[in-house]
Amino acid sequence: MAALYEGYTLCALLKTPNSLVSGINGIEVDSDIDHVVVTDSTRSVTLYKVSDQKPLGSWTLKQGQSLSCPAVYNAGTKEYVSVSDGKVIRVWKAEDLLLDKAFKATLSANVWRVHAVPGGGLFVLFVRGAVRLLDDVLAAPQQPIEEVLGQEENIRWSATVTAETQHFVIFTTEQNSCHFLYVQRLKPNSLQKFSLEPQGPAPQEAQAPLSFSACYQEGHIRLLCLYPDGHVYQSLVSMRGPPALPPGGAAPLPRTQLLGLHVGGALLEAASAIYLDDCHVAVVGAPHPAAGPGTNFLCIWNTNFQTLQAGKEIPGKVYGQLWSYAGKLFIPHGRSLTVIPYECPTSSLATALGKLKRAGSRDSRVPACVPSWSSLLDGRTPSDLIESSQNKAKPVQASSAGPADHVLGLVETATVEAVQREVEALLSRADPQDLNPWLGQLACSLVSRSSTDPPFYPASGLAALVRTGSLCHSVCPELLLLALEKRDYLLAQLCLQAFPDVPENITCCCLKTFLRVSVSSAPEAEVQTACLEPSSLSFMETHSAPQRGIELNGFTSTGGGPDPEKPSSPPIHTCPLGVHKAVLLNEVIQTPYSDAFLLPHLKDLSPQQLMLFLQYLHFLYLQYSQDSFKQEDKSIAPTLTQIMDWVCLLLDAHFTVLVMTPEARGLLVNLHIFVRSQVRFCSELGKLEGSLQEIQTLRRQKEMGQYCIQVIKIF
Amino acid sequence: MGEFKVHRVRFFDYMPSAISAMAFNVHTERLAVARADGTVEIYNFADNCFQEKVIPGKDGRTVEALCWAGQRLFSTGLNGEIVEYDLENLRSKYTVEAYGGPVWTISSNSQGTQLAVGCEDGTVKIFELVEDSIQFQSNFDRLKSRVLSLSWHPSGTQIAAGTMDMIRVFNVTTGETCTALLQMMVDRAAGANKKKEVAVWSVVFLSDNTVISGDSAGKVQVWDSQMGTLIRTHLVTKWDVMALAVSRDESSLLAGTSEGSVVQFQFISARLDQPDKEWQRTRTLRSHSHDVRALVHTDTAAVSGGNDAHLVVRPFMEKVVKGSKESAPCKITFPHRSLVSCGKKAGILLFQFPERLEVWRLGESNENGIPGEELSVTKKPEALIHLKRKGDDHICCSTLSPCGGWLAYASASSVRLFQLQYDNDSIALTKVKLPKVLRWANQLCFSADSSRLFASFSQSSVLVFALSKSEAKYVHTLKPKSVSKQAVHLMSTSDDGQWLATANSDCEVHVYNLKKLKYHCTVPVYGSCPSAMAIHPTGSNVVMVHADQKIFEYSLEQKEYTEWSRSLAKKGLHGSWLNRVAPVTHVSFSASNPDYIILHDMNMFCIIDKSLPLPEKDSDLCNQNQLRSMNEAARVKDSHAFKICEMFKNLLCVGLMEDHSLVVVERPLLDIATRLPAPVRQKKFAT
Repeated sequence: MAALYEGYTLCALLKTPNSLVSGINGIEVDSDIDHVVVTDSTRSVTLYKVSDQKPLGSWTLKQGQSLSCPAVYNAGTKEYVSVSDGKVIRVWKAEDLLLDKAFKATLSANVWRVHAVPGGGLFVLFVRGAVRLLDDVLAAPQQPIEEVLGQEENIRWSATVTAETQHFVIFTTEQNSCHFLYVQRLKPNSLQKFSLEPQGPAPQEAQAPLSFSACYQEGHIRLLCLYPDGHVYQSLVSMRGPPALPPGGAAPLPRTQLLGLHVGGALLEAASAIYLDDCHVAVVGAPHPAAGPGTNFLCIWNTNFQTLQAGKEIPGKVYGQLWSYAGKLFIPHGRSLTVIPYECPTSSLATALGKLKRAGSRDSRVPACVPSWSSLLDGRTPSDLIESSQNKAKPVQASSAGPADHVLGLVETATVEAVQREVEALLSRADPQDLNPWLGQLACSLVSRSSTDPPFYPASGLAALVRTGSLCHSVCPELLLLALEKRDYLLAQLCLQAFPDVPENITCCCLKTFLRVSVSSAPEAEVQTACLEPSSLSFMETHSAPQRGIELNGFTSTGGGPDPEKPSSPPIHTCPLGVHKAVLLNEVIQTPYSDAFLLPHLKDLSPQQLMLFLQYLHFLYLQYSQDSFKQEDKSIAPTLTQIMDWVCLLLDAHFTVLVMTPEARGLLVNLHIFVRSQVRFCSELGKLEGSLQEIQTLRRQKEMGQYCIQVIKIF
Repeated sequence: MGEFKVHRVRFFDYMPSAISAMAFNVHTERLAVARADGTVEIYNFADNCFQEKVIPGKDGRTVEALCWAGQRLFSTGLNGEIVEYDLENLRSKYTVEAYGGPVWTISSNSQGTQLAVGCEDGTVKIFELVEDSIQFQSNFDRLKSRVLSLSWHPSGTQIAAGTMDMIRVFNVTTGETCTALLQMMVDRAAGANKKKEVAVWSVVFLSDNTVISGDSAGKVQVWDSQMGTLIRTHLVTKWDVMALAVSRDESSLLAGTSEGSVVQFQFISARLDQPDKEWQRTRTLRSHSHDVRALVHTDTAAVSGGNDAHLVVRPFMEKVVKGSKESAPCKITFPHRSLVSCGKKAGILLFQFPERLEVWRLGESNENGIPGEELSVTKKPEALIHLKRKGDDHICCSTLSPCGGWLAYASASSVRLFQLQYDNDSIALTKVKLPKVLRWANQLCFSADSSRLFASFSQSSVLVFALSKSEAKYVHTLKPKSVSKQAVHLMSTSDDGQWLATANSDCEVHVYNLKKLKYHCTVPVYGSCPSAMAIHPTGSNVVMVHADQKIFEYSLEQKEYTEWSRSLAKKGLHGSWLNRVAPVTHVSFSASNPDYIILHDMNMFCIIDKSLPLPEKDSDLCNQNQLRSMNEAARVKDSHAFKICEMFKNLLCVGLMEDHSLVVVERPLLDIATRLPAPVRQKKFAT
């Protein structure tokens, strides 16, 4: 459920002669996600640190000049670029104090806007529709610029979109109340032109779109368009289509209605809608469905379910401007610019399917990065998701990618020690929340290198990654299998604990591996020496210790696996497994699963493994049924219900096998006796229930005050 | 029988006073019970524990100890006086100052010739009983601290006295401490209470020279008084042992604790074959929620009373025949007389408290409901008058005229009469002067037409006053033709104004003819005291219910038991009726149906329909629930004369108003318990 948090004011707005515009020309992100460059509508550029709400630097043009384009930050050269008076490009660095002394170049044509592309340099969009790389323009400032647009065709809005390695500059134009979309592909250059469907009752009264927003998703550029009657449309422009301009002019661009905002009769005047992520849209300037007219609201809508997720009243006039960077919305309203942090957690498939069965504290520590509901429905792979999430409407994340990129690069070549050091450093430096998408990528690349390059295995690095709680199985499906293959039982345990979405076949695979090692002797020692989570170890140690009366003579019970030849008579109240194996099995027992999917895989267990596991479950059950048993920590120990569920599953899967196996007879009889006694106990309790309910009715004596008048009848 | 509208009243917040002392007279089987407000009650254990006399208390008089000396009853209190009671006129006879500060204890020798009192100043004083008075005789050696408990040796030669931290035995003739024995020091409690003095709350001197003490450290200790040595200590409680009582044959001892339990000790041999006997703790009785302050060991039962104001009689099962009436445990909380008067014509109730009177008007409802339904009250009950008594003496009786226009109350020193005038919402209360003839009264009663006031005076005589506009005129004194000097405890007039009946604690019922102002007759004396009595409004029959639950109807005109009464006596009352413990405290009649007799005790009320057959021995007496579920025909077949309604509990009064509605005054025991002070803390399960 998306949420809007308490907002704060970043700066006051300039007084403008025209009260319909805010006085802010544009807001662009700076080198850091916490820094923004605010360009006002006259002649100054200010750099703000958002969290501190204070300006860090400010540059102003001389009187008489004005900035015609919002300043952008060029991350490659660490320079700011803006345009003054239409055609003078100005470039300056942060340490430059005076703008007039900075570099400037006068161009031959008027510039509409300068756009920065993450990792792709700067592009200049001219008023007449041409697009050039800034570097090319600066190399020959007076070069002729061609005219792309027709007569009386003017640019209304522009943006850049990055798809995989391809950069696009897209802009919309208006010509005689008709609106067109241009998609300019760069390197190789190509231009597509689409005509937008007119909106309104009649063509001559067509409504002009109030705002546009674009993002890239799954091979398409998505264009969001808000009209004054409250309709929000989405159009998809395919990247893979033939990049040709039809000779007749513009191809019609199909659209689908994403939202129908309730506008209450009147048309919207100043409103804006932008993408927050693939299924959330923020709208400002439209009234809240529940509030009356005359109030301005900022709302977050879920476009998949058409639901209003969060709303916040915005006092003062709204100018129809809205920016979103790094989880914060920037809204000029009234006389100030307000920053409102927001959150749009994805609705997850796992939650919906009830896969998050484990209710331990470990899961609630960090919200796990689970695949998005909608993306799973679309059948995308998790890596796709990562890719797109970094290109989504949060271009700010690019800045945090710096160190992660560095580590990603290292993974390909460096030694195990170097990689581990870097991974740990990265994790200790940054908030894992910000690194979320990178962590998955990092884990994937670590795993892929480990599988291709067998000596390379950064055990502690992977464990640290899993411990962040930001990974899940879907993000890095090979991780758990790799851990099993490398016999890294600690990592396997951590994965089982941390992943909410381990598939049932993998769960069963883990189970088989853990059971197998306890039968064959050589790897068993390996298990025993594996250092597992200490809290779960100590838990099992206390509970698998032999009961009083059994003399130990100084031996420890580490080799306590029963003789495979005679497993039919397991000594009651002694653990049939070593402590370490028991801990691992506990993790398997606590893993969320669905009966229907698990059952076929369970059938693969060999009779010996089956017997051992059943014995262990029986042992646990007996432990739990003792009076002395105290469940200290719910997250360490499997619950009684989980144990019983597993026993039932095993019996379901292997009933015929168990009936045929003579060794299983004793165990089955024991289980039967136990269950029978429990059933009897429950039925006795049931009998008691009636009497207890009777007590309740007895107690409910009618409350009588000091005085009443009753009617009685005497026979 | 029919439907009744019932006014269920719970706003009479009657609060019984804590029991502070008890004394049992073995010869007359009378138990004297003193309460914290100074009231002394006499219960007749030969007559179903009936409360036959109540001596009202007085402000400033507390009773710490009671003792019988022969037929005479003495009490002492912290005001330093010794009081002898006039048991015939139910008042204190005289008081004697002991001159030793507050008096904690009083005890008489077994011969009933001498009284010993223990004073705050540490002295034990001996008084001699003389005719109609007591005379100071001697002072014993003065002790260091107050004397809290005294016990005479059965021979009357020695007295054991319990004080702070020790017990002393005196020689009565010399007044000195016995030579052989100096003093017995009582151990203090262990731990934190080590510094606190131990109060010896109670001592018992047995004929074999054993002294048994109960103290504030929770110990019951057995001492040899000749040697001054401690024989045995029983730690009974963490709190105080407040009272001890020994049986007449000295084989059983009771100890009452602050926890509310009563512990029994028996003088038995520890093993079957051993001849040596010792005091062994045998059983614990838990009957009280608060401190047990007073204990009596009768031959068959343990009688205990304490701060929770209940008088509890717990029979020892080995001493009584199982299933007999004696074997039923009995808990007496309410007095066996009525504290509520109904102005049945006006719908007005009078509540009597020791220090005040309250007059209430009942609420109204103009709905008619089906049985079991609660009607919405359109007019709430309202308190009309809150009348405080004058003087120190507590109110002993009060009455309200049926029309609600007159009110009278009496204490040991005065009788007051008031006229009530209702003027829409306002009430005017005018005091009416009574002739000086009437200095006090035991019972008061108005005639049905409110023209006469009857006041019972000494020797069962009744003074008659004529009431007219704010004036009371002495008319006549009615005197019975008997020699009984006992006070009248019940008085009743007939609605037709012809008859007046009085009953006294000698079980005599005298009937006077009011038209002729003459003694009419005496109902044949029955062995049990009448607990309730009324004269039928039209039939000139007096109905009496006795403490043993027997019911008689006597025709005043024929001067013989009526046909119905004789058939009842012939058939015998139902066993369940006779085995009830609480006595019937009120009898009234229905104006609409002359066959109805309405009576109630603490736990139920009963309407007797004389026209119906009497219950068979083997049938169920309380059959209202069965009848409810039957059809009409079966109901007619199964119903009998006794219609018992147990829907209401802890009844103080059930009266029938003139509009045929019932008034039920309840006082839930829980409400009383919540107003008691907190008991000592006890470890309870799961707390």
